[in-house]
Amino acid sequence: MVNIKVLGSGCANCKRLEATVRRVVETLAVEAEIEKVTDYAEIMKWPILSTPGLVINNKLVSTGRIPSEKEITDWLTA
Amino acid sequence: MDQSLSHPTQSPKLGIILLLGIITIAWFVTYNLLQPLADWISYSALGLTRGSHLGDAVAFFLYDVPKILLLLSGMIFLISILRTFFSPERTRAMLGGKRQGIGNVLAAMLGIVTPFCSCSAVPLFIGFVESGIPLGVTFSFLIAAPTINEVAIILLFGLFGWKVAGLYIVSGLIIAILAGMVIGRLNLERYVEDFVWKMQAAGGVEGEKLNWADRIQRAWESVKEIVGKVWLYVIVGIAVGAGIHGYVPESALVGIMGKQAWWSVPAAVLLGIPLYSNAAGVIPIVSALMEKGASLGTVLAFMMSVVGLSLPETIILRRVLKPQLIVVFVGTVAIAIMITGYLFNLVL
Repeated sequence: MVNIKVLGSGCANCKRLEATVRRVVETLAVEAEIEKVTDYAEIMKWPILSTPGLVINNKLVSTGRIPSEKEITDWLTA
Repeated sequence: MDQSLSHPTQSPKLGIILLLGIITIAWFVTYNLLQPLADWISYSALGLTRGSHLGDAVAFFLYDVPKILLLLSGMIFLISILRTFFSPERTRAMLGGKRQGIGNVLAAMLGIVTPFCSCSAVPLFIGFVESGIPLGVTFSFLIAAPTINEVAIILLFGLFGWKVAGLYIVSGLIIAILAGMVIGRLNLERYVEDFVWKMQAAGGVEGEKLNWADRIQRAWESVKEIVGKVWLYVIVGIAVGAGIHGYVPESALVGIMGKQAWWSVPAAVLLGIPLYSNAAGVIPIVSALMEKGASLGTVLAFMMSVVGLSLPETIILRRVLKPQLIVVFVGTVAIAIMITGYLFNLVL
């Protein structure tokens, strides 16, 4: 099972990232656990300077933007 | 500890270059046709009278809406490409070790080109401060980034020309640099929430390695995202602006917003503090106000106060800054904006 964390504290961009990730997970029918991390102390445990951030299986794959569905698909199927 | 970010697959180069070339030519041709087209539709096709309220308002609207949308698409694309060369991580590396003064200037300039969303204010603040960048320098960045907003610059350029747009950039920089230096001098480190100082500085993330196809792809997504967010504001804002342009008599506003009303600058700034709008919403209205006699300094001050000092961002910053520092931050920026407003009213 894939573990996905969406790092961000609730602004529009962060919510869009979560929605996009959920869409991709559903389309791929992958078994995934999606966590939303909104506490800054937790977020800063990752080397992130701009939210939203995307963590897949404990690897930080994107910061500061909303990756395209294609990119997320590639990461999840790698 | 280095962590590289993943890298998407590549796409054919020649096809993209050709496509970009065609789009650029189409852009220029369309842009130059807009005024004649708007005039033709308003005065010939619809039969409105040139010089009448309705005629002028409609022509203004039909010309400015596509013009602004075209400008936004084109320039956001270019700016986004520029931004792919920068990242908060790179900016942090560039600012490390610079002392006050030079650091403030560099931070303010980097604030313009580094991609930034105001929800990132907290991670960015923590990350910068943790890696040893002085508080004042960090603030210079945090003030410049949202205030010198690319949508605002593009709209000012489209509606007023490059001089006003340039003025906006310069005044934003001055404000960011001065306010940051003042905050730095006041030694307010104790008003940052304690947990920030206790956190370990995260190791550097190596920036992504992007090729040109990636950059173009990112820039195109940026255009879709930003224009998608603001197009309605632009249309409504220009409609209001068109109404003022066509119907409000010349110089109606000189009394309350012109140069002579000395209190107009502080009033504009104070009014702008609790208001928050994206730049697209404010500027077309501001442009029409200016045509009717409001002076440039007052109007720019209002705009910067609305766009640069936002209640949402202040609330977010409360997580890392104690109230005293927030007050100093808002107060310093507000005063700096007022000074700039007065300056432009005097000089222009």
